[in-house]
Order: sequence, then C-alpha cells, then structure tokens
Amino acid sequence: MLWSLYGNVLVQGVLTGLVYGLMALGLSVIFGVVRVVNFAHGEFAVVAMYAAFVLFRSFGLDPFLSMLPIAAAFFVIGYGLQRTLINPFVSRPEHEQFILLVGLAIIMVNGTLMIFGPDARSANLPYSFDSWEIGPIILDKVRVYAAIAALAVAALLFAFFRFTSTGVAIRACADNLVGAAVVGLNVKQLYALTFGLGLACVGAAGALMVTLTDATPMIAPAFTLLAFTIVIIGGMGSMAGAIVGGLLIGIAEAMASVVIAPSMKTMVSFGLLVLVLALRPQGLLGRRA
Amino acid sequence: MNPFTLLARLVDEAPRRALVLLAVLVAVLLVAPVALDRYLLSVFFLIFWFATVGQAWNVMMGLCGQLSLGHALYVGLGGYVGAVLWVKFGISPAIAIVPAVLVAMAFGAAIGWLGFRFGIEGVYFALLTIAFAEVTRIGFDNWSYVGGAAGFFIPVTAGGGSAINLRGGPLLFYYVALALMVAAFVICAALRRSRLGHAWLAVREDPEAARALGINVFRAKMAAVIVSSAMTAVAGVVYAFYQSNLFPSQSFDIARSIEMILAPIIGGLGTLFGPILGAFILTPLGQTLIALVEKIAGRAIPGVNLVFYGAALMVMIWFAPNGIWPWLKKKLGIPEERS
Repeated sequence: MLWSLYGNVLVQGVLTGLVYGLMALGLSVIFGVVRVVNFAHGEFAVVAMYAAFVLFRSFGLDPFLSMLPIAAAFFVIGYGLQRTLINPFVSRPEHEQFILLVGLAIIMVNGTLMIFGPDARSANLPYSFDSWEIGPIILDKVRVYAAIAALAVAALLFAFFRFTSTGVAIRACADNLVGAAVVGLNVKQLYALTFGLGLACVGAAGALMVTLTDATPMIAPAFTLLAFTIVIIGGMGSMAGAIVGGLLIGIAEAMASVVIAPSMKTMVSFGLLVLVLALRPQGLLGRRA
Repeated sequence: MNPFTLLARLVDEAPRRALVLLAVLVAVLLVAPVALDRYLLSVFFLIFWFATVGQAWNVMMGLCGQLSLGHALYVGLGGYVGAVLWVKFGISPAIAIVPAVLVAMAFGAAIGWLGFRFGIEGVYFALLTIAFAEVTRIGFDNWSYVGGAAGFFIPVTAGGGSAINLRGGPLLFYYVALALMVAAFVICAALRRSRLGHAWLAVREDPEAARALGINVFRAKMAAVIVSSAMTAVAGVVYAFYQSNLFPSQSFDIARSIEMILAPIIGGLGTLFGPILGAFILTPLGQTLIALVEKIAGRAIPGVNLVFYGAALMVMIWFAPNGIWPWLKKKLGIPEERS
C-alpha cells in the first residue's frame, strides 16, 4: 500500500519534472550562449499560461495545441527582445543586466495582475480528471500528455543544436565567442535566435503548465526561482542538465509534499540547491568554468 | 578613535558643498512635521526607511560588489525578534534591538560563509540570498509560536504608548526613521573612509588585485554582509512596530527585497547620497501614482506603482547605469570624493 503511494508520487514527480525541465531548458540555453540570466523567465512562463488560458476560454483551443502558436509568438518576442533591449547589455556588468531584466519582470507580473487580477485561473480540460491505471500506478492523462509534449519540444531543440548548421553555429558562439566572430558568424543574429528559442521553450512550458496548475500572476517569481534552481542544480548552460535537474526537482517536490508537508516542498528544492552549490558549484552535469 | 574625532574627520574630509546641502536638508526635515499631515508623515517615514535600508544594502553591493537579493530576510528577522520579545516577554524594542541585530548577523554570516567560502559569486550568490529568504519565509509560515502564515500582531495598547517602546503615532516614527537615516549615512560615511571601506572598494573593483595587495577578501566580504544585515535588522525592528503586524508572506517576500534595492540603484550605487536621493525620488512618485490611479479609476488597482517602478528601473539602467547622484553632483559643482 505504502509502496504504491510512493510509486505514484514518483511517477507524478517525473511527469511534472519534465515540464519543469523544459522551462529550465529555455533559461539554460539563453545563459549558455548569450551569458545573460533571464530573470524574467518565470514571468514569461506565467504570460504563456495566461495566453493558453485565454485561447482555451475564448476559442476552446486545447493548450496542447495552443502551445505551438504560443511558442512561435514567444520565439518572435525573444528574437525582438534580444535585438533591441538586451543586446546592448551583453557586454555590460552582470548587475546591470540583472536590473534590466528585473525591471521587465516587475512590469510583466504587475501588468498581468492589473489585467487579470490576483485570482487563480485554471483551464478545466474535458479530460482533466481522466487517468489510466497500470497495476497500482495511476497515470493522469494531462500529466502524461504534458510530459510527452515537453520531451518532444526538448528533443527538437537537441536535434536543432546537433544537426542543423545554425544550431552548430550557435554552439560555436557559446564555446568561443571571438573564434565565432573571426570565422564570420553573425553573432548578433545568432544571439537573437538563441533568445528566441529560449523563450519558445518557456512559452511551450507555460502552455503545458496551465494544464497542471492554476495560473496566477504571483506565481511568476516562484517560477523564475524554480527554473534558476533547476539550472544551477543541473549545471548552468548544460541542456541535458536542465532536464535532469527538472526531473530531480519534480521528484523531490512530489516526495516532500507527501513525506513532509505540501508547504515544505520548496524548502526541499532549496535545500538541494544549497547542497549542490556547496559540494559541486558547477552543477551536476556542468563543466568547471 | 572616539566618536567626536571621527565626526570631525568626516566633516573635514567631505566636500564642503555636500555638507552644506546635508545640513540644510536635515534642518528642514527636523522642522518639517509642523507643516505635514498624517498622510505626508507616513510618506516621509517610508522615504527615510527606504533610504536607511538602501544605505545598508549599498554596503554590500555598492561598496563591496556583492549582489544580495534577499535583504527582506534581515528586515523580517529583525522585525520578528523585536516584536516577539516585546509581545511575549515585554522586552522593550530599545533593548530587543540587540538580539534582533545579532540574529540577523548570524543569518548574514551563514549566507556569507556558505557563499564566499565556496566561491559562489554574482548571480549564483544572488540566488543563494533569495533562497535563504524563501526558506526562512516557509519556516515562519509553519512556525505556530510566531503565528505562522496567519501573522503576528503587536497590540497597539501593550504597555502604554511610550516612545521608548516604539508605541506612538506617525510623528514618533517620522523622527525615529529620520534618526535611522542620518545614523546610517554617518556609519556608511565613516566606513567608506576606514581601512575596511578601502578594502571593500578594492574587492569590488578587482578581487584578484585586492588579494595580491594582502587584503583578506573573504574577511572583507564577510564584514560587508554582517554590517549590512545588522543595519537592515535595526530598520526591520522599526518597521515591524510601525506596521504593528508581521506576515511571513510579506516580511520575507522577494518583492520587498527588490523594492529595497531600487533607491540606491536609481540614486547611485556605491555613493553615500544615492540611497537617500533615490528614496526621495521613488517613494513620493510611487505614492502619488497610487493616489492618482485611485482617483481616476475610482478604486485601487494593485500593481500600478510597481509597473512604474519596473519601467523606471529599465529606463535608469539603460540611460544612466551609475544613477542620478553622480550626474547631480557634477551639476551642483561638488568635487569627486577622495577615496
């Protein structure tokens, strides 16, 4: 009986963790290439959640479909943002980049608050409560769909970086910026593409998230922290690390909410963070700087 | 060195025009309450308070170059220690300041040790400070002795309305916060000119070079976080008694941490007048905006002032990353500080 409970919690943690991982992947890709920490990451996730929510309520568009246009729109936003706002800050001190993005984050979260109010909104999908049973394990339909979608997007991104020439060029920028510029790569363009891709990840993740949890503006800083924690645990700039970190945090939070108390789950992920920072500051899969 | 020679040295070394400006400002602020109503007194309280905590935060970021995004932690800790000692044990906040500061210093030292010992820098260190504030918030949320998530309240009548126990109206808090602001300024001015202050500046500019000069970088950073947390905790005690209530979700919130760092950034990082100038600009603007929106929309719209703060931050950092004070200083003809 107890083991089936833990089994269920584990499965739930893994499924949620994959969506967390996709969100963190966006942050990791941006940091790995552009070397800017997107402190508005959770805010973008929340805006994507509201976009998916509105599309669902107004047009009945399933979030698993609307994640595609949302991701596309976020790609364009990210591309434009990097081109206009962030590029001049790439070579500025870290705290200036941080302040710029915190300003953006404050505007986004409070803008959402002004438009939608503080109430939690949820997209009640017709199959929200459907599930499959495999022996003692119960699989929520939405969770499984969300996890599969997150994996698919992540796999696409991996393939892009591995097999396309643009992807390889972006990796070249990340590895050796001067070298990349010397061989004639358009670094500005590639940075903008990267930021766009990073935001597309968080856009897709946000759309998926709305099927798992309620949307409220105030959850945004928590998401930023969550993504940041995952990326540091997995290793800044490591794409696989983001997914592994997401899984780890997903499982740890799910376990903590059963074993200790639901309100304590964030404490466990921060505990993990402090542990990783102290013992392996470069992250589990990160390279030593 | 006794405090008077210290003060004399400060007066000697500070630019003359800046001193005159400061003296006029303090004189005006001392008599200003005659012309202020309750609402304006509370606005000024917030200005002084944000100038104080901004000054405290500036010790870490502006002088020593260590970005802390969890300073609400020290405000909350100071507030809770002061409030709990007063309500549960009847210990006056005038005395409770000491344990409040000690607790905050202990937390600051723990964060600093963990961060600086293991070479956690920049954004990583910033995240560590947020993480500690968040963990503490969750801890207080679940600690029923101090009221948990439902909050902790300081009864308005407890022990009578004596000023020494920080029980009084807006006028009392006006002067208390003014005193805090002036004290924080004097402390920071003294620190800046001390050996420690120069070590901080060296660490901020180039930790490697500082090490080569024989400065103990770890110890300098630890001193910065401890001094900063102690100063912030004092302001935290005052704020708790001003509000007469404490909620973990507000006291340790990251939104408060960010609100605290706006004034020094807008005013000028690492400058002594920056936090004061920033607070004098931002707080009235934010309060006016809240009042204006309430008048136009007929109801309070939460978040309006924060959208404005966010935009102000972005514009500032875009056009004047060094803040307003360095620019204003040039306009006023105040020479660069010798440091």
